[in-house]
This record gives sequence, structure tokens and C-alpha cells, in this order.
Amino acid sequence: MNETTSVTAQGEVKGLVGFVKFIISELKPRGKVFTPFNIISGAIILLGAVLIIYRFAKGLGAATNLSQDYPWGLWIGFDVVTGVAFAGGAYTLTCMVYIFGAKKYSPIIRATVLSGFLAYAFYAGALLLDLGRPWNIINPIIGNAFGLSSVLFLVAWHFMLYMITELVEFSPAIAEWLGWKKLRKFLMGLTLGAVIFGITLSILHQSGLGALYLLAKGKIHPLWYSEFIPLLFFVSSIFAGVSLVIFEGTISHRVFKDLINPNLHASYEKIVAGLGKIALGAMFVYLFLKILVFIHGKNWEYISSPMGYWYLVEILGFVLLPLIIYIAGVKGGSIGLIRAASIITIVGIIINRLNVSIIAYKWDAPIRYFPSWIEIEITLAVICAEIWAFRWVIKRMPVLNERPDYKWMH
Amino acid sequence: MPKGVLVDLSRCVGCRGCQVACKQWNQLPAEQTTWQGSYENPPDISPNTYTKVRFVEGNHREQFFWRFYKTQCKHCLEPACVSACLVKAMEKKPGGPVTYDEHRCMGCRYCMIACPFNTPKFEYDKAIPRIRKCQFCFDRQEVGRQPACVQTCPSGTLKFGERNELLDVAKIRIYKEPNKYVHHIYGEHEAGGTSWLYISDVPFEKLGFPTNIGTAPYPGLTKDFLYAVPIIFIAVPSLLLGISYIKNRRNEDK
Repeated sequence: MNETTSVTAQGEVKGLVGFVKFIISELKPRGKVFTPFNIISGAIILLGAVLIIYRFAKGLGAATNLSQDYPWGLWIGFDVVTGVAFAGGAYTLTCMVYIFGAKKYSPIIRATVLSGFLAYAFYAGALLLDLGRPWNIINPIIGNAFGLSSVLFLVAWHFMLYMITELVEFSPAIAEWLGWKKLRKFLMGLTLGAVIFGITLSILHQSGLGALYLLAKGKIHPLWYSEFIPLLFFVSSIFAGVSLVIFEGTISHRVFKDLINPNLHASYEKIVAGLGKIALGAMFVYLFLKILVFIHGKNWEYISSPMGYWYLVEILGFVLLPLIIYIAGVKGGSIGLIRAASIITIVGIIINRLNVSIIAYKWDAPIRYFPSWIEIEITLAVICAEIWAFRWVIKRMPVLNERPDYKWMH
Repeated sequence: MPKGVLVDLSRCVGCRGCQVACKQWNQLPAEQTTWQGSYENPPDISPNTYTKVRFVEGNHREQFFWRFYKTQCKHCLEPACVSACLVKAMEKKPGGPVTYDEHRCMGCRYCMIACPFNTPKFEYDKAIPRIRKCQFCFDRQEVGRQPACVQTCPSGTLKFGERNELLDVAKIRIYKEPNKYVHHIYGEHEAGGTSWLYISDVPFEKLGFPTNIGTAPYPGLTKDFLYAVPIIFIAVPSLLLGISYIKNRRNEDK
């Protein structure tokens, strides 16, 4: 019994037994198993799994450096707050392709939506590790107690709805993989609605993640606290997401060389240049807003202090500098410069989100928070697991290429 | 009518009877502590210590002072923790107490981020943890009794009653002895007003009371954002639908 019996000549997976057989055969690894990357990341994931059990058995205090002063640490500040910002590429690009009709981005749309979906599934999933009483996460969903005045309530619902939306956007690829033509046609019809709903949800929860910190007035350093955090989080999620798409594309193009459609190879440089343009536009708006907030808050007095210098490093080194490099790259048509700018931008977003959530949070506390090795190790395990999931899908479903009877890279 | 407690710091002798009474009523275990260089213990309120008397030494009007003040949840009139809680585990009772229900709580600790007084504490050392804080003895209040700490206070520092009436009492005390008292009732307006009110003969900032809290209620900080949500939910989809319709028609024309 092998997979040929579960799939018809037309490539369609038939019946429940056929489906199960097909999935089992697809779960088997493809390509070389014992590569250096697999061995290292596999060890990290394995250790992470053990430590997750330890965390639930012993409580958060044993596994993390969280304290009464710092209730939110790396798992929220990096995994959730930063991870979700990087997932912003999906709504930006679906907006470009399906709303503004910029079809040149179509070849990378599936990879972007997939990585966005996995980012939510894994990084927002890491939220469960951080909850003290995770089984009660169903409470805000089933509605026995709706905390409607809570920004977190809004963010929780939007996370959930947006994951479903992204799955719908990606679902035609799954239908193609299974060879289910009728279902694919139906799912393709849902795309525009899902895209519009998804963009709306993204605007609200990207800004909502920032709005969470509005209640921490007096706890976050004034250089990072303002009533404009939600707007700043939203605008920065655009260039955070786009920069990650550029960076991810660089790696995907090396690793998945054989899988990539020739058309995508041909138009790739044009796509990257276009992405660079989107990123620099959003960054320009962001920098302008940052300066406005700075002047509006009368923040000059804080600049000549350690936190002030750190603020300048963030703004000049990780917003202004990559913005200039992006401009140079787009004007000179240099893919290398655009890639360099995307990497600096990614580092800058990590710094910014950690600043708001951890570094500038109770910046004057006598004992500062620094993550424990277990927190860092589990975070690495989550990232590795996400890469494994991404690779698994890329190698099996039509994401970077299209099958002859299913055209979608117009 | 909302209840409150008036704390007159000039009357406190630092006996910590309130701390003990609180532990007894709430059946909270003792804490292993170490010498902190002061008679106060433990170092801060914690999951097992809802209230704690702080000892402060300093100088005021060129006079040495040694003052004691009780810290616990202030039971805000418009609590930040209640507005932050997405499962209504934190609730504001009509009579004043801000209570916590562990059966609803998912342990996200957003209440701890939100509280301007850093009151809610989390049981980090437990596999099944809870948020812990003073609940204003709401169970005692329901049967017409005053909170355990007030009941036990021997010096008349703590006075339980209607918040409005306590404000009058506080004002009369300040009015009668204007040179003794600081002309400020801490909690009358802080964070939009709290159920617990403090008057003192030493300035509050010298005692280490948080003075950067302001008088606006904390839930107001996220109100504008939450009001914008339904507007965005209507405006953005219709805008996007319109743009995609125009763009796609143009593409078809080509």
C-alpha cells in the first residue's frame, strides 16, 4: 500500500481512508534528515518541549524571571508583541494585490500569508505558556464573562478571527494540494471578503497591541509612552511585516531554489524593489509621527539621560538609517541595499517593541527584569518549530510555484 | 452608597494589628522574612500579605519624623484592573470593594500592568496560580460588619463608613487643625478617586505615596481607542470594497 492508491490519476485525494493515507505519506520527511540545521533546531525543539512540561509542573516562577514588578517578560514582549508586528506583511500585501490590484506581488502572496498565519499560530500560541490559568482562555470566547471594556478582550478576539481569516486566504493552496477542485473554486470565492475582513482586523489588533500599554501610564518611560502608541504600532507593523517578507524571501530563494516558479525568479527583483518602496513610505510616515509625538510631549528634558541616548539610538540608528538605505536602494535599484535595510529595520522593530514592553517599562525599578535561560530557550524552540512548519508546507503545497491546472500567479 | 475607609496617619502607632487581623480573616500563611533594616516586614504586599504597614523615617519642617502607613488595594472608584480584565475576574461591587474571582481568571496579569498602585500580586510559585489582593472584606461587609483591619485598629487610625461622610470627617479634622495636617486628602481625586482615603501630618511625597498618578480615572486612557473600534469596523471594509471595485473594473476595461 503506498500513496498512489490514495490519489487518483487527476491528483485528487479520495475518501476518508485515502485522505488519512495521503496525510501519513505527506508527514514523512522529504530530503536529507540529518543536516546541521535539522540537528541543531531539532535539539532546541526537544529541549523546549521538556522545559514546557517543567514550566506547567512547577509554575511560572520556576521557569521564568517574571516578578511582581515585571508581570510581562520575553514571552509577551518578544513572542507576542514583536512576533505579531512581523506578521504585518500578510495584510499589507493582500491589500496591495486584492484591493489595489498590484498583481506583480501575486507570486509571493501565498508564502507571505502562510508565514503570517504561522506567526500567529506559533507566537500568539506561545501566549498559552505565559497564562497562569490557560484553560480559562475559553472564557472570553464562550462568553460567560465578556470584559468589553478591555483592550485585551479585543486583541484576543481579533487574534482568533484573524487566524481563521488567514487560513481562508491560504486555503486554496490546501485544496490544490489535496486535488479538490470544487472546494478550491468555492474557497477562491471567499478570498476578497477574507482579505477585507483581515485588513480591518489587522489595523485594529496591531494598534490594539500598542493600546494595551496605554494603561501603563507612569510605568513606561515618557519617551516611549504617549497616547499615540496604537497609531505608532499600526504604522510600524507595515514596514516591519514588509521588511520581514524581503528578508524571508532572501533565505527562501536560497533554500527552496528548486521549488520556485521560473516566473517568480524573473520578476523577483522588481518585487523586492516594490516592497522596498512600500517599506520606505511607511517608515517615512512613522518617523514623521515619532518626531511629532516627541515635540508634542515636550520630551527634550529626557534626552540627556541614559534612556534618552537609548531612544536616540533607536530613532537615528534603527529608523532614520534604514530609511536612508531603503531610499538609496530603491533609487539605485540595488537589491543588496534593500536587503541590508530590511535587516536593520527588523532589528529596529525588535528593539522598539522590547523597549515599550520591557526595557522602558519600570525603567527606574531597583531590580530590572532579564529573561531566564528557560524563557530564551523556549522562545528559540517556538521559532524553530515555526520554521519547520513553514518548510513542511512549502515543500508540499503550491506556495512558491503553481501547478499547471491551477493558475494563481497572474 | 459606596463605603470607604479613612486612614489618619497622625494617629497610627505602627502596631501592625491590622496586618495580623487581615492574615487571620483571610487565612493567609505567614511569610519567611529576613531583616530589612526596619521594623516593617515583609518587604512589600504579596500574594500572602494583602496589607502591610510601612515605616518611614525622614525630616519635615526641620523635625525628625517616624510615620507608619497601611498599604493595601485602594479600591478605586473606577478601577484600572477592572477595565483591563478581559474575563471580568476583577469586579467592582456597588458598595465599593474591587473583588477577584479565580474561576474566571486566565492568569494573563494585565491587571498588574494596569494598576497604578501595583496592587494585584501573582502566585508565581504555584502550578495553578491566582491573583491575590485585598478584597475590602466584602464577605464581612455583606453581613454588615466592618473590614477586619478596621475592627482591630486600637488607635483610631482607621475609620470605616460612607465615603462621602468620611470626606467630611477628613475635611473637618484638617479644618480644625490646619497647622498639623497637610491640606490634602489622598484618594479623594487620585486616579479618579479611591475608596480608601488618607490624611497626614507629613507630606505624602515624603512618605513615598505615588504622586504621579493624576486625577483622571484610568479606564479613560483606553476609552478613545475602544470608541474608535466600531467606526473602523464600518469605515475600513466599505472603503476597501469601494477601492477594489473601482480598481478591478479598470483592469477589466484594459
